Amino acid sequence: MGKLFDYRTCPTTGLRVDRAAENLIKANAVVAIVFLAIGGLFGLLVALTRWPAVHFLPADWFYLALTAHGFDVLLVWIIFFEMAVLYFASAVVLNSRLAGPKWAWTGFGLMLVGAVTTNVAVLQGGSSVMFTSYVPMMAEPHFYLGVILFAVGALLGCGVFFGTLVVAKREKTYEGSIPLVTFGALTAAIIAVFTIASGAIILIPTLLWSVGLVSHIDPLIYKTIWWAMGHSSQQINVAAHVAVWYAIAAMVFGAKPLSEKISRMAFLMYILFLQLASAHHLLAEPGLSSEWKIFNTSYAMYLAVLGSMIHGLSVPGAIEAAQRSRGLTKGMFEWLRKAPWDNPAFSGMFMSLVFFGFIGGISGVVMGTEQINLIMHNTIYVPGHFHGTVVAGTTLAFMAITYLLVPLIFRRELMMKKIARWQPYVFGFGVAGISIFMMGAGTLGVSRRHWDMTFADAVLPFDYPAAAYLMMTLNGIFAILAAIGGIMFVVVVVGSVFFGKKLAEDEKPSYPEVPPESVAVSHYGSSETLKIPGTIMLVSIFFVAFVLYYFVNWKYLSEVWPLS
Amino acid sequence: MSENNNVDAPTSEEAPEPEDIPMMQRLLDNPFVLLVLGIAVPAVFYIIWGIIEITQIPIAD
Repeated sequence: MGKLFDYRTCPTTGLRVDRAAENLIKANAVVAIVFLAIGGLFGLLVALTRWPAVHFLPADWFYLALTAHGFDVLLVWIIFFEMAVLYFASAVVLNSRLAGPKWAWTGFGLMLVGAVTTNVAVLQGGSSVMFTSYVPMMAEPHFYLGVILFAVGALLGCGVFFGTLVVAKREKTYEGSIPLVTFGALTAAIIAVFTIASGAIILIPTLLWSVGLVSHIDPLIYKTIWWAMGHSSQQINVAAHVAVWYAIAAMVFGAKPLSEKISRMAFLMYILFLQLASAHHLLAEPGLSSEWKIFNTSYAMYLAVLGSMIHGLSVPGAIEAAQRSRGLTKGMFEWLRKAPWDNPAFSGMFMSLVFFGFIGGISGVVMGTEQINLIMHNTIYVPGHFHGTVVAGTTLAFMAITYLLVPLIFRRELMMKKIARWQPYVFGFGVAGISIFMMGAGTLGVSRRHWDMTFADAVLPFDYPAAAYLMMTLNGIFAILAAIGGIMFVVVVVGSVFFGKKLAEDEKPSYPEVPPESVAVSHYGSSETLKIPGTIMLVSIFFVAFVLYYFVNWKYLSEVWPLS
Repeated sequence: MSENNNVDAPTSEEAPEPEDIPMMQRLLDNPFVLLVLGIAVPAVFYIIWGIIEITQIPIAD
């Protein structure tokens, strides 16, 4: 016999929504957005300090704010939201009950206690060790304890996700293979397990070191294992936001992937190889061989990049196929021109896809090449790259799907629709600017995590080129734009969740529009067409940009090391 | 129409396993095999290989 569970039927998609899963999605999403707001504020303070003419914070506060910013947005906001995505992609998409809601709540509690504990440790001022907390810099013990508790909670959440897959299969809530969105979430959960295990392996001894029970932690071993957590945690994001792209394409257009099999193979590339990109943080370490570096960051990572490029073709291709099937067949781009650009779920998703590919993706491959990595290793190019992946890519995608979750899961009408329409553009272009100008400054040699780029109190003076100052100023201006976009998001979502018109059980939301075809999100199946000339053109432009930028960086390298 | 129900979840029934499912699809349909692969590959190529190299760095006199 199956167990009792309490559900409602979604009037829009017809899916059964387990109320336990629904409440967990709400709780995780709300806490995620609170930490996004906190972490985003710290990020603005960091950007204003790195703006040479403003130089807002004193040095000690700068490093405190940078530590809090990194932890709150790179780990807490993202992982809380990913828990919401995992519960949505398992229980809701599979029409199933959630396995072990009590375990899920325990995990949620541990994550919350851990996040607050680490934030308290940072705000007390004795743990300004950056998100990476490289040894031999030592933080307060409760800094490490908080991260460990957070990780254990997230691991419980992953366990509940796997359990729900088992329950759904056993209770036959779906037929055949799991839908692609759930497969993407599965990929994220698998990478999360590796990430959390790596974190435990290195942070538990570091906690013991901080309380005096372990005498020494080798810095290079720490760095190697820490990045298995630190970089892989960002690969959870990649898998999760690609799943979100497919989900939004299905829910807004009823789009099916061009080929389920090929998209699933692309996710398999992530499962096998994406975590190996962690090695790019160690490309300048003399203690590790070129074989290890090149295998991990080039041969293996390129297979994961191949996966991303398949998704980069498949998602817009699926949208184009769905639009063309509705008669939008004029020319190459009628399907794109007549896409719902005033729907923040779509506009946010599409900008996330473009920025992730053009900014985060291309720069990631450049940084993963051992030789040209040396031009920008540990410069502000690195945060420029990951603001392109994690913020313009992941955060924008998560913001986009939130505009669907508010009416469908929170059952509230979206308020302030005009602000909601503009929000993805303000935030997206703000973050794209941050990424591009940080990368520009990094190419000119500006170091990351540095309070004063003028080196005002240095014994040996050093000047960056004037263009580097311009880049950092533009970075500050675009950070303000992104912060305005972030505030718009928080105002719309928090306002709607608490004060939006309540939707009756059988009432469909008026905005954003979710068509009945959105049920495609919960089905396995392909559109099985390659009549996607517009997408082919977009992908061709991407390849040209990719090749040009890659070789431009080799040209830069040749100028750093003149050979004649 | 909306529903708001307490119901029995569908019961599991014994169904014959289809015989002609390709091996690759069987792999992709098994989350736990994928989990093992997703942990083993980076553990071997990134962590274990990396640690072996670090432990072979000679200690300075």
